[in-house]
Amino acid sequence: MLKPIDQLNKLFESRVRLGIMSALMVNDAVNFNEFKELLGITDGNLASHIKALEENKIIKVEKGFIGRKTNTTYHITKYGSKLFKDHLAGLEILIKNSK
Amino acid sequence: MDTIKEYIYFVFQSTFMQEQDSINTLRDIKNMMERSSRFISLSGLSGISAGIIALAGAWLAWPFVYGYKNIFISGDQPLFRGGLDDYTLLFNTWLFWIAAATFILAILFAFIFTFSRSKKQHMPIWGIAARRLMIQMSIPLLVGGLFLLRLLHFGTFGLIAPGCLIFYGLALVNAAKYTLTEIKYLGYCELLLGIISLWFVGCGLYFWAFGFGILHIIYGLYMWRKYETVKNEDAE
Repeated sequence: MLKPIDQLNKLFESRVRLGIMSALMVNDAVNFNEFKELLGITDGNLASHIKALEENKIIKVEKGFIGRKTNTTYHITKYGSKLFKDHLAGLEILIKNSK
Repeated sequence: MDTIKEYIYFVFQSTFMQEQDSINTLRDIKNMMERSSRFISLSGLSGISAGIIALAGAWLAWPFVYGYKNIFISGDQPLFRGGLDDYTLLFNTWLFWIAAATFILAILFAFIFTFSRSKKQHMPIWGIAARRLMIQMSIPLLVGGLFLLRLLHFGTFGLIAPGCLIFYGLALVNAAKYTLTEIKYLGYCELLLGIISLWFVGCGLYFWAFGFGILHIIYGLYMWRKYETVKNEDAE
């Protein structure tokens, strides 16, 4: 049997990353500034977490323009959404088992 | 023996901690999902203040609507032949300015209470969720506004109050997906009231006062008690 701990993904073991994933699960697209507002963290910190998620193909980046200003939006990938759901299921099992 | 006890204690503690951690994590996730998709700072006090202002507006408008006072600010105008086509004519009526003042004051106070609540919750007043809520609210309201303007133009004054209630109700039902869901029930009530008032065209102002005044106050009180009294503010 798969131990619940196996389903917990190391990638999501950070409050910032959980925040990014949660926001992307319920929104089609979220941009950099909106993440900053939502999570209340610095640019550098946010950028490093986004990069890690992007490199693992959990989220994808789309660069666009609003007028002349760049507007970078982030979306969740199918693969990323599956991993995150498994992670949530893992947490749930963990709670059930320990009761 | 002691080492075994310690070991058992350690195992017990760590599973307990793990459970607590997972529960906290799930709670965080739920919180983030909500914060990013719903604007939850809408204050019940906004509803109460809007209701009181609406009642005051209706009270001021009453003698003009039912013909006890001359609705024109300067001089006696000839009765409109068809409708209110001419904007200078519209601007020369007390009713127009009462309506405008009611609308602006209601929005202003609603904004003040909601702004102060969003500060308390450390939520951005103009975040993703707020923006989406505004867009979803304004589509039915703008369409409704234009529709009512045309009603004025054709002189169908009896349908103004039902129109206000119906379009406002639609806006609220539409907005419920992007803020605290209870607003949906206020929307249904406004819709029902708007539909009923279509059969009581002469009583439009009373229906309007009930829908925008009394219902707002009831809704605001309910929301304020549920989410903003001291006891519940901690739990949020």
